Amino acid sequence: MALKEKDVLIDPLFNNNPIALQVLGICSALAVTTKMETSIVMSLAVIAVLALSNLSVSLIRNYIPSSIRIIVQLTIIASLVIVTDQILKAFLFDTAKQLSVFVGLIITNCIVMGRAEAFAMQQPPKLSLLDGLGNGAGYAVILLAVGFFRELFGSGSLFGFTLMKPVTEGGWYTPNGLMVLAPGAFFLIGIFIWVLRTWKPDQVEMEG
Amino acid sequence: MEHYLNLAIKAIFVENMALAFFLGMCSFLAVSKKVDTALGLGAAVIFVLAVTTPLNNFIYQYVLKEGALSWLSEDFATVDLSFLNFLTFIGSIAATVQVVEMALDRYSPTLYSALGVFLPLIAVNCAILGASLFMVERDYNFAESTVFGLGSGIGWALAIVALAAIREKMRYSDVPHGLRGLGMTFIVTGLMAIGFMAFAGIQL
Repeated sequence: MALKEKDVLIDPLFNNNPIALQVLGICSALAVTTKMETSIVMSLAVIAVLALSNLSVSLIRNYIPSSIRIIVQLTIIASLVIVTDQILKAFLFDTAKQLSVFVGLIITNCIVMGRAEAFAMQQPPKLSLLDGLGNGAGYAVILLAVGFFRELFGSGSLFGFTLMKPVTEGGWYTPNGLMVLAPGAFFLIGIFIWVLRTWKPDQVEMEG
Repeated sequence: MEHYLNLAIKAIFVENMALAFFLGMCSFLAVSKKVDTALGLGAAVIFVLAVTTPLNNFIYQYVLKEGALSWLSEDFATVDLSFLNFLTFIGSIAATVQVVEMALDRYSPTLYSALGVFLPLIAVNCAILGASLFMVERDYNFAESTVFGLGSGIGWALAIVALAAIREKMRYSDVPHGLRGLGMTFIVTGLMAIGFMAFAGIQL
């Protein structure tokens, strides 16, 4: 098992993206992307939890009995998420309020469990840490892309700064209300996957 | 009574777990290829949600909430354990799923073999934990959380069965190459979400 460190870090960005290809962790990805600000905070939270949980699981991987490994992994992840949640509440209270239950839902985010189970249980700590960072970054790419389009077209602004002045405030841009609502997120991810798979045709799945 | 009916309608249609809050998406997309399996998973989710949401509400009200321990002794009246929410809820969910699995295996082997594969999966389904966290955030009492849990379960099951039915039909259609599979599923789910938005504003 000679995995190259660079590949482990870079691969999840486009070649093996956790959301677009592995279909992991979509639950929380969509709900928080109505604005760039919440998307960034959420991405950072997930990257931190994912990297640290991969690292910790990998460090003790030889001592975990395989029959209770799920419980052990869940406990590690839940503790990390509690810490993240407390930090967010302490320093970024407003954003934490907007993220509401979705920080807590990182626990059941399939990416974290999935990487712990599929990668960190077999690989040494350093590689696992990189794998966590890479997958977190792959997740962040999609989150930020979706957040960018949703905020730009949905309310004509980015990071809360108005770029295209909406009609309601005397400007020229009519905000596309669909983008802010749930269906807009589904369409954007669908289109993102379409673009990615047209660019890299080997990712197209066989329709069974 | 009307209040509870209203809450149930809201949980099933207006604030559908899958289509409005994107919860339980992983299994929603992965297990919606056939109507049969979707029905099985849907039934399991309804059951587990209806049990765990009230259970977690009970734990929250009497153990975790600020001042909740005052029934034990006056000294504990200021103890606030609510930061342990996540850990406790996920633990009680995992335990419930395990107990349900064993009970079904013992008393109803037919149902067990039908749901078998899906039960362990449910422990990490975000819809289950999500319902418990929403219950805390919205401050539901015991009866309300029972209705909410049951309603969200039914709503989620409804959505996954509908999606599975659409995907079965879609096998005969000519989808653009890069959009096949996952991409198309997202688009269909988006259209379904628009459909469910028609329920918005319904109140009894």
